[in-house]
Amino acid sequence: MSTFVNGLLRFRRGPWENLSTLLIALGVVMLMQPFFLWAFTYSFIVTLIGTVLFIITSHFPE
Amino acid sequence: MTDTPIDRMARATPPHVARRVRGLSDRAIAWLFVAPTIFLLLAINIFPLIWTVRLSFTNFAANRPGREVEWVGLRNYQRILTDDGIWANMQTTAHFLIWTITLQVLIGFTLAWLINRKFRGNDLLTTLIVLPMMLSPAVVGNFWTFLYQPQIGLFNYVVELFTGVPASSFSMLGAGGLAKWSIIIVDTWMWTPFVMLICLAGLRSIPDYIYEAADVDRASKWRQFWTITVPMVLPFLMLAVLFRGIENFKMFDMVVLLTGGGPGNETLLASIDLKREAFEKWRTGYSSAYAIILFVTVFGLASIYVKALNKVKER
Repeated sequence: MSTFVNGLLRFRRGPWENLSTLLIALGVVMLMQPFFLWAFTYSFIVTLIGTVLFIITSHFPE
Repeated sequence: MTDTPIDRMARATPPHVARRVRGLSDRAIAWLFVAPTIFLLLAINIFPLIWTVRLSFTNFAANRPGREVEWVGLRNYQRILTDDGIWANMQTTAHFLIWTITLQVLIGFTLAWLINRKFRGNDLLTTLIVLPMMLSPAVVGNFWTFLYQPQIGLFNYVVELFTGVPASSFSMLGAGGLAKWSIIIVDTWMWTPFVMLICLAGLRSIPDYIYEAADVDRASKWRQFWTITVPMVLPFLMLAVLFRGIENFKMFDMVVLLTGGGPGNETLLASIDLKREAFEKWRTGYSSAYAIILFVTVFGLASIYVKALNKVKER
């Protein structure tokens, strides 16, 4: 866990890519889940943030 | 000295053209070759995408080009993301996605595992299994529409043979909750071979010496399967899941031919609903926002797909 946080603080690609992947996956789940309308409403912004973050962080150093 | 075609071409090139080409750097020549592709990409992909983003903030209707276009800001997005109907369509899409992927992975992996053994007729069997994947979705849609006919379709008779339920007593494409399963069956029939091929590539990439070492250590076949086979095929499987996920998220043709989104809205996937909004109700601005939401989702999934692909490459 501390390696992951250190990686985030030092702007390393691996942890940031994992974080953005997590956001994308969360956004997709929120979009398609049948339980909460509010989750569906906010799904797009979560996916968008995850995708933009992924594009940016894939250019970070290893 | 031999006279090659290149030498002959060089001699045939007019001096003024040769001088011009000789003056170009390697980089310039590379750009010259790439330029038509970049131009096409910009004209066919990038420009329409940017235009769609712009339209998604307006109330533009393509069937009324003369009407004044009003800037509505984020209102289209707000309406889509609070619409119960679209939420229900997303759940229909999710039902289709989850079941097709689960069935395709289970059947595809099992088939790959069986095909991976050496036996007579292995190649012929592999070819027969991958045949559905080579058919056009339009052909598959029409073909299965006939198979699902309650009166003359083969599918109902097979069900009757195994369960005793009379063939003409149910309709796979009609009301009664079976339509959403009928599209899952067809997609699974068509695309399981694809998952099987990817799993087969994964299984064949595992070196024999790993199993030999496990045999020496007296690891049981069950343990070998869970500690060697599954972890080493997993990146390939992940790739197949993501690829099928992206493809099925935008599934359109096959389902339109089978059910047209019906009965009612039972099989109304997001892509079919989007087409209705754009080209039947002519709400271009609204449907542009809808398309952007689907695009961002597919783009996000594709990013994960590329990451998984790179991981497989690193192995």
